[in-house]
This record gives sequence, structure tokens and C-alpha cells, in this order.
Amino acid sequence: MFQTLQDKLYLNFIKDDRYMYLVNGFITTIKIALLAILVGLIFGFIIAIIRSAYDMNKDQQRNTISAKLLSLANAICQLYLTILRGTPVVLQLLIIYFVIFADINVNKTFAAICAFGFNSAAYVAEIVRGGIMSIDRGQLEAGRSIGFSYAKTMLYIILPQAVKNVLPALGNEFIVLIKETSVAGYIAIEDLTKGGDIIRSRTYDAFFPLIAAGLIYLAVVLILSKGITIFERRLRASER
Amino acid sequence: MKRFKTLTAIVLASFMAFQMVGCGGSADQTTDENASAEESADVENSEDKLVWATNAEFEPYEYRDGGEIVGIDAEIADEIASRLGLEAEVADMNFDSIIPAVTSGKADIGIAGMTVTEDRLQNVNFSTPYINAGQAIIVPEDSDITGEDDLVGLTIGVQLGTTGDLYVTDNIADTTVERYTKGFEAVQALLQGKIDAVVIDGEPAKAFVKLNEGIKMCDDYLTVEEYAIAVSKDNEELLDQINSALADMEEDGTLTAIFDKYLGDGEDTDEAADSDEAAEETTAE
Repeated sequence: MFQTLQDKLYLNFIKDDRYMYLVNGFITTIKIALLAILVGLIFGFIIAIIRSAYDMNKDQQRNTISAKLLSLANAICQLYLTILRGTPVVLQLLIIYFVIFADINVNKTFAAICAFGFNSAAYVAEIVRGGIMSIDRGQLEAGRSIGFSYAKTMLYIILPQAVKNVLPALGNEFIVLIKETSVAGYIAIEDLTKGGDIIRSRTYDAFFPLIAAGLIYLAVVLILSKGITIFERRLRASER
Repeated sequence: MKRFKTLTAIVLASFMAFQMVGCGGSADQTTDENASAEESADVENSEDKLVWATNAEFEPYEYRDGGEIVGIDAEIADEIASRLGLEAEVADMNFDSIIPAVTSGKADIGIAGMTVTEDRLQNVNFSTPYINAGQAIIVPEDSDITGEDDLVGLTIGVQLGTTGDLYVTDNIADTTVERYTKGFEAVQALLQGKIDAVVIDGEPAKAFVKLNEGIKMCDDYLTVEEYAIAVSKDNEELLDQINSALADMEEDGTLTAIFDKYLGDGEDTDEAADSDEAAEETTAE
């Protein structure tokens, strides 16, 4: 029994340096996930600010050009959210690689970062908007009444409080994103899942490659959630 | 409340541990012959079915035509099943899942244009080969690539787990191998200029080249190989039955008739009809 276990481990990981499929896959997964999180955060915040600015100002019914522009921007953001949240990320990935970048020879990893990043942006946007809307309206009015512009009030008063409130939800979104990158294999990217799959296709053993890949994902997610917890605690320090 | 949580945690943890043990057992079946033999006997007796695993994206061996899975392997599977007095049932899956499906008893046999290799023989038994095949190279029409030597250092698309994948990975230096889940996706990437060449089995290669403008096949094949039917190592009886059915089919000309129908050697009318069907299928997809 022990001997067969050892044989299986040798066959699946050591022979022909097969563990390198997992190592390289891990690096690729982390690269895609981190950059996609960054893209998601940047675009997510932009969309959230546009949407909440529209929500906060719409009862004032002004007929100025800037109000019209804001309402147009809001409509575009809403369309974006509807499409990106309404379709599976695998399809978005395939569409970006085989349709949008059909005639342009882009790096596959770049295509994946775009797909996962823009998809994540849609979710981040709604999370952050929820955070902004959760801050009492009085805070905005107070900021404006002491002479801050709308943008400055947002930046110095509303957003810092909002971010603190939404951090658990954002952490959740990052965890989902890391695991979602496992479909990158659809466009022949060799990420962690695909690495396990390649070993499986060589050894015809399902157990070890899949469990090994699973454990690596688990470790990454555990480290990430620990990091978020520490970050949260630091931010809460000011409350005491 | 807290006690309840602890209890739940213990129950869940033990359940998971139990499952892990279960998985470990099925992963190395050879040590546990009784259990798996029982399992496969169960599958057959209860259903009276012959479940054959395949990857239906491999024209002309197996592909979808109006929802039905057809092709050389499909007809062979139906013929064998009827000769054994069973009902054929197809299980369409990724190519790299076929052998695990056979070893774990989820499917009785694997017929998927599968080449007999040493590695595969360690996991399953193979029937007598029913056809010879080889790995072909597909390149853009204006490409200078003519054979294996020109592939060195290029980016080559393959289907994950196929002989083409294994051959290119092991034998051609400095290549970047892009492993697609489906053969046609590799061809699509080639058409869009994302890769330099595709290595895939000869007959599907012919079908791809026929259906797509701007690509051609190299004259030289990379390998010569034999396709056979994969059967679980725990089911010698089924292997014998399949071998004798194949021998009968060889003798009474059934096999030749099936090959003629799909490979269209010589008969123009057949081939024209086939390509029409194939063309319809691609537009539908």
C-alpha cells in the first residue's frame, strides 16, 4: 500500500519533472489573478463613483450639461454591469480571445487579465457603490458646507469610510476571482488547473494531480484571507 | 449553539476524510481487484448497456451531426454492442478524461481514435487495433514548414493529452506547446495567426483542411500509429468479447464498409455527400 503510494507520487510529480507543470501553473495563476484584481479595482472604483454620484445628485433635477453627461455615463455603466454580470466569465474569456482579439496577436495572459479584470470590475463596482451609499448623507453635506468640492469630499471623507466597510466583501470578491482564473485553460493558458490537467493527461491518474492543485489554491486563499483580516484590523485601530 | 457547531464540524470533517479514502481506493484499483470487479459487473448487469466513452470532436471518427454522435468509432461501438447483445450508450467527454473514465468504471470501453501507447497500456488494456493512423502537421498555406525538422523553436497547437501533444512535447526541441481542450480551437488559433502549426491525427486534419480556407497539410506524417479500443484491466472477459467481435467484423467486411463510408477512399459520390454534411455541420456550430 505504502509502496504504491510512493510509486504514484513519483509517477505524478517527480517523473519527467512533472511538478514543474504545477509550479509554472501556480506562477501563471498568481500573475493573472493579481493583475486582474488591480484592473478590477481601478475600473470598479471608477464605475462605483460615477454610479453613486448619479444616485446622489439625481433628485436635484438640474438641466445642466454636466448633469446630462453624468446621466449618460451612468447609463453606459449600467449597460456594462448588465452584460458583464449577466454572462459567464468563460464565455467572456473566449469572446475576448477569439472574437475581440481575433486578428490581433496578443499575449494570451494579457487577454486573460482583461477578461477576469473587466469581469471583476463589475462586481467590485457594485460592492464599492454599496459602501459609498452606506455612508450617512450628512457626511457629504458636512463636507460641502465646510467648503470641500464634491470630489474632495468623496476622496477625503466618504471613500475612506466606505472602503473600510466593504473590505470583507472585496476580500470575498478577490477569493472568487482567484478561483475563477481556473477556466483560463480554455484558451490554452497553462495555469494551475491546466497544470494538474496536463499531468492527469500523462499519468491517467485523477487523484494526485487534482488534489495537489486544489491544495495549492486552498493555501493561496488562506494566505489572502489572513492578509485581509490583518489589513482590516489595522484600519479598525482608529476606532478605539 | 457552540456545541452544535463543533458537532457539525466533526461530522463534516469525518465525511470528507471518508470520501478521501474512497477516492484513494479507486485511484489505484489494481490493488483492490475484488471491489472494482464487483463494481463493473454491477454496471453491466443492472443496465444491459455498453457505455462507450469518446470525445466527439474528432471528425471523421466521432463528431456530432444534428445532435447525434456519428462517425467511424460510433458505428464500431454500435456494431460491437449489438453483437454482444447490449445497448450502446455514448458518454461524450474531454479526451484526457476517457482513460480515467474507463479505469474507474464510469464507462465500459473507450473508443476515441485512441492510439496504443506504452503509458496508456499501463492503465488500460487495448483491443486488437482496428486502423492505422498518424500525426499530421497543419500549417498556413504560405508557410515554409514542410516536416518535422522545421517545427523546432515554433509555437505549436495540439489537443491536450493526444498523441500529438505527447509527441511534440517529448520529441521536438524548443517548442512552445499550446494545449487546447479541443482540436478545432487549435485550428482556429492557427487560422487567426496565433500559432505556427497544429499537430493532430491525420483524418481529422484532412477534415479541418477541407473545411477551412488558407491552411494545408504537410505531406510527411510525424508518426505511424494504431488505433484501438480501451478496456478496463479488470475486465478481461469484455476484452476477449470485443476482440472476437472485431475479428468477425473484419472477416465479414463490416469494418471495411464503415471505413469506406467515412474515409471515402475512391468513391467520389460518397465523399461529396460527406463534405456536404460536414459543411452543414460547421455552419450550424
